[in-house]
Amino acid sequence: MPDLSSLWLTARLALVTTFVLLIIGTPLAWWLAQTQSRFKPVIEAFIALPLVLPPTVLGFYLLIAISPNAPFGGFWLQATGDTLSFSFTGLVIGSVIYSFPFMIQPLQSAFEGPVQQAIRTAASLRASKLDAFFTVAVPMSVRGFVTAIVLSFAHTLGEFGVVLMVGGNIPDRTRVASIEIYENVETLNYGDAHALSLILLIVSFLTLFCVFLFNRRFPAHVRL
Amino acid sequence: MTVAVAANFKTALDQLETDFEARSNYELEGVVGSTGKLYAQIVYGAPYDVFLAADQARPVRLIEEGEALESSRFTYALGRLILLGQEDPGALESSDVMRIAIANPTLAPYGKAAEQVLARLNLTEATEPKLVLGENVGQTFAFVSTGNAQVGFISEAQMSNLNETTSVPFWRPSSDLYDPIAQDAVLLTRAADKPAAIAFVSYLQTDAARDIIAQHGYDLP
Repeated sequence: MPDLSSLWLTARLALVTTFVLLIIGTPLAWWLAQTQSRFKPVIEAFIALPLVLPPTVLGFYLLIAISPNAPFGGFWLQATGDTLSFSFTGLVIGSVIYSFPFMIQPLQSAFEGPVQQAIRTAASLRASKLDAFFTVAVPMSVRGFVTAIVLSFAHTLGEFGVVLMVGGNIPDRTRVASIEIYENVETLNYGDAHALSLILLIVSFLTLFCVFLFNRRFPAHVRL
Repeated sequence: MTVAVAANFKTALDQLETDFEARSNYELEGVVGSTGKLYAQIVYGAPYDVFLAADQARPVRLIEEGEALESSRFTYALGRLILLGQEDPGALESSDVMRIAIANPTLAPYGKAAEQVLARLNLTEATEPKLVLGENVGQTFAFVSTGNAQVGFISEAQMSNLNETTSVPFWRPSSDLYDPIAQDAVLLTRAADKPAAIAFVSYLQTDAARDIIAQHGYDLP
């Protein structure tokens, strides 16, 4: 019987990462959907980077940046008394970067077009910006939110390279399911590797299946 | 010809490669990994010709499984363990040392040796919460050199990778603190008739090769 704590850790990492991404991603995607700034393509390209960069590049830079000898890692150590490397928090930071485009891109396309028109209408009716966002934009973009949340969650479940480079393989802290499977395969412990792989496969399929099912029933933009 | 080499021996192999290629017409390519990982790859048909392990157990198992040749097995080096980052193992208990990097003991013999040192110094309990595992000694070294771990157990051969202008403190555990790290080489069955592989295995036993191995911080049997 495989150690199921790695699955629980993976689920926790995916949940926390998705939550953080939702908080950071929503205002950023909103800004991107509205802005005319000439820096927009630069920012968009930057956000899409994790789609094409090898996770090892991300892991390598992260390993250097979160080291207690580096300014950011050192500041963190002074502020919290714990190191970022080999910690759950460090993995969350890595996962947020790694899954960033999976949150931003669906939200941004949901916020564009019809939503912007509706927002202008709401503004002409003197709705405050915040009010218009929560009562007009959010209900119209339900599909975008569901897609963004589920993709970020599922993508973090499948994270491997970044964790391998900055995790340090510590039980209950950084030994996520993908790392545990890798170690089981390397030590020819195929029984446990099979069990964990099958569980991940089923969970990932069901997660994605739910999105497609949901999207079929929900139009891309709900018109008011 | 492809040599699967345990991570600790990589630097030594680089120099052996240059010397071997100068003496023969053969070309050598090294594939680096932990001993356990390379073993699993060989069992599943990886296209390697020679296996330079960091232990004796995996080459013996390969022979039993028919993947390597019994007659070709010999000990090419005896590894020495180093604690990088501290001169005194007592410091491992202090709060200055937040993380101790070791190679994954289930995959890497140097990680297993590191565990033995900690156990024989009665430090297992005190250091357990601080341990972080590298996939092999190469990653373990990287954890220390990037400052993410304050100390780490590596192989003495890796010391040559340190920048010579900076002096990093280190401690060399005496040999009674861990079981000898006898590193065995074997010719793999698929390369039984490959002249390049046979030539390299016999080259490794020459005085020229042994000198290079000794220079890299290994003892010789």
